[in-house]
Amino acid sequence: MDQKRVSRRSFLALAMAAPIGASALAACGTSGPGQARAGEASIWYLTGQPQEGLRKASVDAFNAAHPDGQLAATFFENDAYKTRIRTAVGANQAPTVIWTWGGGGLRDYVRNGQVDDLTDWFAQNPDVKSKRFATSFPAATIDGKIYAVPCEQVSPIVMFYNKQLFEQVGAQPPTTWGELMALVPVFQNAQIAPISLAGQSRWTNMMWLEFLFDRQGGPEVFDAIAAGEPNAWSNPAAIAGLTKVQDLVRAGGFVNGFQSIAADANADQALLHQGRAAMMLHGAWTYGSMKEEGGDFVPSGKLGWIPFPAIEGGAGDPSTGVGNPASFVALSSKASDEQKAIALEYFKSGLLTDADIDGWVASGAVPIVNGVDSKFSGPDAPFQQFVYDSATQAKSWVHSWDQALLPGPADEMLRNIEQLFSLSITPEQFATNMNAVPTS
Amino acid sequence: MLPALAFFTAFGLVPLVGVLLLSFTSWNGIGEITPIGFENWVAVLSDPGLVHSLGVTFLIMALSWLVQTPMSILFGVFIAGQHRYRSVLAVLYFTPLLLSSAAIAITYKALLDPNFGLGASLGIPLLVQNWLGDPVLAIATVVFVVSWQFIPFHSLIYQGAVRQIPASLYEAARIDGAGRVRQFFSITLPQLKYTMITSSTLIVAGSMTLFDLIFVLTLGGPSDATRVLALDMYLRGFRGNMMGPASVIALIIVVVAVLLAMGVQRLGGKDANESQLEGA
Repeated sequence: MDQKRVSRRSFLALAMAAPIGASALAACGTSGPGQARAGEASIWYLTGQPQEGLRKASVDAFNAAHPDGQLAATFFENDAYKTRIRTAVGANQAPTVIWTWGGGGLRDYVRNGQVDDLTDWFAQNPDVKSKRFATSFPAATIDGKIYAVPCEQVSPIVMFYNKQLFEQVGAQPPTTWGELMALVPVFQNAQIAPISLAGQSRWTNMMWLEFLFDRQGGPEVFDAIAAGEPNAWSNPAAIAGLTKVQDLVRAGGFVNGFQSIAADANADQALLHQGRAAMMLHGAWTYGSMKEEGGDFVPSGKLGWIPFPAIEGGAGDPSTGVGNPASFVALSSKASDEQKAIALEYFKSGLLTDADIDGWVASGAVPIVNGVDSKFSGPDAPFQQFVYDSATQAKSWVHSWDQALLPGPADEMLRNIEQLFSLSITPEQFATNMNAVPTS
Repeated sequence: MLPALAFFTAFGLVPLVGVLLLSFTSWNGIGEITPIGFENWVAVLSDPGLVHSLGVTFLIMALSWLVQTPMSILFGVFIAGQHRYRSVLAVLYFTPLLLSSAAIAITYKALLDPNFGLGASLGIPLLVQNWLGDPVLAIATVVFVVSWQFIPFHSLIYQGAVRQIPASLYEAARIDGAGRVRQFFSITLPQLKYTMITSSTLIVAGSMTLFDLIFVLTLGGPSDATRVLALDMYLRGFRGNMMGPASVIALIIVVVAVLLAMGVQRLGGKDANESQLEGA
């Protein structure tokens, strides 16, 4: 009797342990999420329509044309991607193709030998280089060598405004900083928030400083900061820019409660297209999302756009572009030769194909292809032409700061920017804090 | 005993040792790991940010305890009783327990949006505040959401304890003329003493490691107002790319949490072996 009971108990224990053990072992063997099967190259892309659909379409088209060299795409949300890609690269589990914003993040990969040098590949494939905007290559060039292929769209930062609200108060869009400050009380009296801002996301606040620094002192101001020159943040033009933004906060220029609004849910765009805020400084990609989510706001022509106002007496060139010159794809140095071959083939013949370009243009974006403005037609053409001109005529380009700097200093900078906008630190304290952070 | 020990060693002790070793190195996550001795420890322990994080953590811990314990006891007593509709209400009370922290945080973030959230949509001016943007309100909001999520859990614990109180004690008190309130304070609460110790230990340990809710809700809050230790560790390690200092903070969390848990146990512990059963 006793023996039987023990054997039944142990049988049950074994029966329950076996599936658990088997699944644990199985998890070791098969690939986890985002890993490609052997011989397949992998790429990690960002989510967010309409870009996600276009990216998926380009991968599907490539796979259809290359049945024996497939590419597996996985999609991640923006902020989650930033953490995830670093962890994966650090754990030697990076995808074959690493999507990146270029600049400091790419520099970090290069310094640690995680991505391949593509300069020679570009020399062998000159038409790939000449097809793309010249302004898209500096962010991919580290120490004189090219480490990533520019792709997708150019995203300058644009000052959007609600034409209907401006007509309502009888005002003109601002061309100088003085005019912008003068508009604040005008809109406040009409119970309209002058400027929409998603303060919780912090990089949205940063866009204001990017423009102010450049308009005030020209590109040299941030170039010195990015190069790690001592006390670069204490430059009088920088202090002036920081002060101006605090003046705008004190005047109530930004929507009430802006520190609680996050950009992920497009709540800041909603304020503009719902008629609750008059202006918004944001990336050109929001044109596509406002077109999709704003009902008839964009099609009926209520959305206006202007270059960022100039600062009276400032040394900056109003034609300077600010934002993301392109998206970039880099090649992981840890991938197998077979995977690298597939990836390079994708770079050459899978990115910015005619079908791809048409898709981007139809979504209201401007792909980084020289001469693409001949394809602009339809209701989005005026905005696309504006973006194309900004990108091709800009005499210089300010890369988004949190991408231009290395990730560690970038995070410290975003922290200080949040405090600056909450008025808890002065511009001088901001400069002192940031000067103490090593940027290289 | 052995499987549990093996599990604990593999998933508890080994990572702990790994973090201890990491705290003496400099690593940015994707490059080389270089040993640098005690530099990280000195830097972190002399950083005023650490004191601030500790302060925020203890504040949220204390407020959580003050809000959760009385309400959990009351709910627990209510659910253990014999009132009408008790079972229906009990099911409703336990719903927050079934939801993930991340889902709760995302939902509350949308509800608290000053322009499109609950207050603005229903037209209640009192609910339209800068909930997540004002430092003081942000802490209050975090405590509120944490309490909303965990009161059902602690109610469950108290309910089980109240059920175990012998009815004879209440009968004797009723015969002696004690009212409901007097019975609650003289019988129920003292009998719940050890349960309170358990529940408080869980609140203390939970507050020390609370991460996902605050991460989604405020990401450390307006100007670091809700930057608890666990969040500080994550932000230093995975946003600031400084794994060494992040490891130091991880170890600090472990040490403080263990000390606090031992302290709470000690509070009720002097007569730990004393039974509360009558006649013993």
